[in-house]
Amino acid sequence: MRLTEIRIAGFGGQGVILSAIVLGKAASIYENGFATMTQNFGPEARGGACSAQLVVSDSPVLYPYTTRPDIMVIMSQEAYNRFAPELKPGGMLIIEEDLVRVDDLKGDPRVYAIPATRFAEELGKRMVLNSVMVGFFTAVTELLRANAVRRAVADSVPPSFRDLNLRAFERGYEYGVEVLAKGPSRPHWEPLAVTEE
Amino acid sequence: MKADPHGVLTGTHFIDGDHACCEGALAAGARFAAGYPITPSTEVVERFAARVPTVGGTFIQMEDELAASITLQGAVWGGAKAFTVTSGPGFSLMMEHIGYAAMTETPCVFVDVQRGGPSTGLPTLPAQADMMQARWGSHGDYEIIALCPNSPQECFDLTIKAFNLAEEFRVPVMFMMDEVVGHMTEKVVIPPAEQIEVVPRKHTHKSIQDYLPYGTNGDMVPEMAHAGEGYKFHVTGLTHDERGYPNMTPQMQDKLVKRLQNKIRTAADRICIFEQDRLESAEVVVVSYGITSRVAQRAIDLARDRGLRVGKLRLITAWPFPAKKIAELASQVKAFVVPELNLGQMVREVERAVAGLAKTVAVSHAGGGVHSPDEILNTIVEASR
Repeated sequence: MRLTEIRIAGFGGQGVILSAIVLGKAASIYENGFATMTQNFGPEARGGACSAQLVVSDSPVLYPYTTRPDIMVIMSQEAYNRFAPELKPGGMLIIEEDLVRVDDLKGDPRVYAIPATRFAEELGKRMVLNSVMVGFFTAVTELLRANAVRRAVADSVPPSFRDLNLRAFERGYEYGVEVLAKGPSRPHWEPLAVTEE
Repeated sequence: MKADPHGVLTGTHFIDGDHACCEGALAAGARFAAGYPITPSTEVVERFAARVPTVGGTFIQMEDELAASITLQGAVWGGAKAFTVTSGPGFSLMMEHIGYAAMTETPCVFVDVQRGGPSTGLPTLPAQADMMQARWGSHGDYEIIALCPNSPQECFDLTIKAFNLAEEFRVPVMFMMDEVVGHMTEKVVIPPAEQIEVVPRKHTHKSIQDYLPYGTNGDMVPEMAHAGEGYKFHVTGLTHDERGYPNMTPQMQDKLVKRLQNKIRTAADRICIFEQDRLESAEVVVVSYGITSRVAQRAIDLARDRGLRVGKLRLITAWPFPAKKIAELASQVKAFVVPELNLGQMVREVERAVAGLAKTVAVSHAGGGVHSPDEILNTIVEASR
């Protein structure tokens, strides 16, 4: 695991911070790596902009922040507009495809898209969209062993939601394996209907 | 003495520095905290408030920091190990009672998770600008001990150390975190209780008749008795004699205040801990502490890649200051480079110890973020010329 900078961003309530905790835990506790996580959020409990920075490496992490993230997980349009320009050229951009319109992409990123919220709703609880996303991340980045991340998911969520979160992880992971086989592409999205006034 | 297993959350955790500090306090035996919430320190007492009832202790949210900083001292005299947690504006309000703790020799820990100042400054962003306040903030002559962790793991380990030093020397210990270290999440290993050494209260073995609350037995640190045990004692911030009663004469002042200083000064070599690397061959030594030491390490690595001979001296104990170590190095090196998140605090201490034998160069940053490694690297390169 060479030094990898990851930014995860969305809005409060999507489980942005917990996603970073799960991945950091997987890297530093269930694999022999090191991880440092920092977070930024506004005063709102739900709905405000929210982001986490995670640096993982096979040697101790010194500088705690991301400078040019290698990987970005983006779950809201606001987060896309704000953070996407920071992505390292040729880096990986993972998006919630129903919530993020990708346009004007510079730096030739590899884009992987998943309707994580929809998958979570199909599983019965929108709240587990972050576990879907973590599963997808695990498959498309191939940065961490899937079993390490599964264990991190299992011990980061309340026991009564463990099975649901693990199912959500598998849903995202399997979708990720399929998407990875096809290779990165620009995501398909329907332009929003704009009413001319 | 080993830690009480009830307070020790043995295991491998992925937690932030604030939470790790709380676990360190619990492992050290702290069973009382009084505090007033303030960013970026609140998570320490938030966790303590949730955890301490399960191990048999108390957290009180006070009306302000003045109250918090004296309430904890009442708890100490009642027999508890106690601490409070704050950030700059609250730390300012606590200064009077830090002096009181120094004067009455009340063993306790003040955690300051530093943010940008002055005044309310930058509530959610880092600084290291309370370093001189920690040393000199209260009036009069006194000594304290201050520690500077640079990771969540050290927030755990050194909080235990802070409580141990407080008990050993009967002195208030300042635990100088910063916002980045407090809010940064990393792996923290909490060992089993039987591997954690804790220093118990220096309680008197004397009988009630023979006990003198401020009598010393050669080591300059008096023995304590607790309220309700039958011992007669009087605790005052006024200059006092061995019985603890006010004795406001120049002779008593000289005796007492010198002892308060000397109990720390004479033990400074033992108290001072620092991390050092490649000092023997160094031309430039980077002196840093807290989060800045991690950014500096990156700059040091980059400078070494360029073939520069750079040594590292990381202050883990900021106070007492390791002046002797710096003075020894001063005759061997060209320069000291001192990056810190303030406009020049510990760098003056370095300069004083160097006493003109080498250059001392500050890499100042007003806070609100951390240095870029390049800023420090450029100064190292410049200083090595």
